[in-house]
Amino acid sequence: MSKLLTWIDDRFPLSTLWKEHASEYYAPKNFNFWYYFGSLAALVLVLQIVTGIFLTMNYKPDATKAFESVEYIMRDVDWGWLIRYMHSTGASMFFVVVYLHMFRGLLYGSFRKPRELLWIFGCLIYLCLMAEAFFGYLLPWGQMSYWGAQVIVNLFSSIPVIGDGLAVWIRGDYTISDVTLNRFFAFHVIALPLVLLGLVVAHIMALHEVGSNNPDGIEIKKFKDPATGHPLDGIPFHPYYTVKDLVGVVVFLAVFSIIVFFLPEMGGYFLEANNFIPANPLQTPEHIAPVWYFTPYYAMLRAVPSAMGTQVWGVIVMGISVLIFFALPWLDRGKVKSIRYRGRTYKIWLAVFVVCFLVLGYLGVVPITVWGQFPESWPILGGADKATVIARFLTIGYFLFFLLMPWYTARDKTLPEPQRVTWK
Amino acid sequence: MKTIACIAALALGALAAVPAFAEGPHLLMAPAPGHRLDDESLQRGARDFANYCQGCHSAKYMRYNRLTDIGLTEDDIKGNLIFGDAKIGDTMEVAMPAADAKAWFGNPPPDLSVEARVRGTAWLYNYLIGFYRDPKSATGWNNLVFPNVGMPHVLAELQGPRKLVETEYEDQQQAMGAAIAAKTLVGVEPAAGGKWKVLSLSNESPGSMSQVAFESTAADIVNYLDYIAEPSKNHRIRIGIIVLLFLGVLFVVAYALKHEYWRDVH
Repeated sequence: MSKLLTWIDDRFPLSTLWKEHASEYYAPKNFNFWYYFGSLAALVLVLQIVTGIFLTMNYKPDATKAFESVEYIMRDVDWGWLIRYMHSTGASMFFVVVYLHMFRGLLYGSFRKPRELLWIFGCLIYLCLMAEAFFGYLLPWGQMSYWGAQVIVNLFSSIPVIGDGLAVWIRGDYTISDVTLNRFFAFHVIALPLVLLGLVVAHIMALHEVGSNNPDGIEIKKFKDPATGHPLDGIPFHPYYTVKDLVGVVVFLAVFSIIVFFLPEMGGYFLEANNFIPANPLQTPEHIAPVWYFTPYYAMLRAVPSAMGTQVWGVIVMGISVLIFFALPWLDRGKVKSIRYRGRTYKIWLAVFVVCFLVLGYLGVVPITVWGQFPESWPILGGADKATVIARFLTIGYFLFFLLMPWYTARDKTLPEPQRVTWK
Repeated sequence: MKTIACIAALALGALAAVPAFAEGPHLLMAPAPGHRLDDESLQRGARDFANYCQGCHSAKYMRYNRLTDIGLTEDDIKGNLIFGDAKIGDTMEVAMPAADAKAWFGNPPPDLSVEARVRGTAWLYNYLIGFYRDPKSATGWNNLVFPNVGMPHVLAELQGPRKLVETEYEDQQQAMGAAIAAKTLVGVEPAAGGKWKVLSLSNESPGSMSQVAFESTAADIVNYLDYIAEPSKNHRIRIGIIVLLFLGVLFVVAYALKHEYWRDVH
């Protein structure tokens, strides 16, 4: 065995790679609950790729056969229902895990120097994931697939001058059609997974270059054992975090299995009832809503009024609301990284951000009439949908969290950071 | 370019203009009885579906031989459920040509393979018991759950024709109280002069079945529709329990392993 390993090591840096990324990658010993979601995101990525490969064996990217082939998978392919539910549940769970992973970054300042590139790779993964989910959602060719894609592609046609041409270029047709289905299939199964995998490799390489942050937001590399050169507060990723993450994986799989086996539609949030109606270009559904993970942005899009005869402002706001995450490392001027030692102002703003994001997410699912209208007699607001007005304030709150950050983080009364990691 | 502009306007309009309530009265629906493990109910549903529904509605993703799931043999299926020249491995197609269907009903009757996943079982059950006579409609029938539906009451012979009864109440509260007390499908809507009315259904003449027996027949059909919408459901739930038990054991092992390794860190 060791002879074989030597043979390989002479030709390929197998042992070196293993040491650098596992057995001698020193991670802080004080990771808490929030640190499970990185490895879980990697797990879901693998699950999506594997189940996706098996789905592709029976799925037909053809407007006349796509819906039928999905039902064929659900009924006539051995274990096809399991593979399909794992993939549909996996799509939503990917976003659950990634949102929690990103929130961890906000809690402990994981985007701060020297982890700016690591954060940027992460943001690119998030963008890529949104595109991947969007393209994949067309494939079952149900009513929501069709009209959801129609609405999103039409967003591009609101861009002045080039918009119409751009939308046709994306669709390959004047409406969503068989041509669109074919190219979305190509993007979903080849183009984006390739980019996604490349970005994930870059994300992990950047992480292992700078080292992991931790709930105290301090650098463990400051205090090294003079004899070994390893951080005093670090422990090798393998075996310590492999066995710890294994526990997280089992708990995650239990939640995942409860959904897959008992609640595959998740009350219409993971699989929408309308998507069991085959796509019909002649019949617009009464209520078009995107899948839950896009709804905060969708609510912002709806909340922004059209001005100067164009809807493009909503599209711009929606675009910036996603892209603004890239700027975080340079917006935050706090003296400390972790929420444990931040002052009250940052905590309040983070809470405002979370509330805005969640309520916007809710408002994106429901019709704008959900909370009724303001009384006609009121000045300015009279007769306006309450939900729209509130969504506007929430959109402002969402952006203020980012735009005011340079000021409130710099002035925040912070606590002194500890020298060494703690076990809180 | 114009086409795109129209579609964009339509789609963006659809974002803005969503009605708070669908048209028609506020409905109080009866819950759908029936159980996914009740094979006898499913078999009765299969029989009634073949006799009353499949003349017009296909279930084109469902294969006949899959019905061995619900305790039928292939001979049972061939003898009792296949009327045309379909083979046992075929899917449940409909004999009626689509062009005729469009001419007769305005729209071809929808395929019912996954209808239970679109509408839900409660809706389907109330729809089946919700027909009433309406001389104003083309078929002579209307439906409390699906106003102005194109489908006639194919089960009228069994249920007996029913008529719509409107009872007026002084205010909304009284009307809602009466509606809840009815414990069956009723609708509530505002009436003239600030009053409220409850819409209920009552038999004009008895059918070949009692009302209770008819409701149980409707429940069987809905149970069957729910089954054909996802034939693997029972299997899925059974496997799920085994998977969770396995993960429970795996959790204990994984946790013990983690605890053992981390002893020297803490």
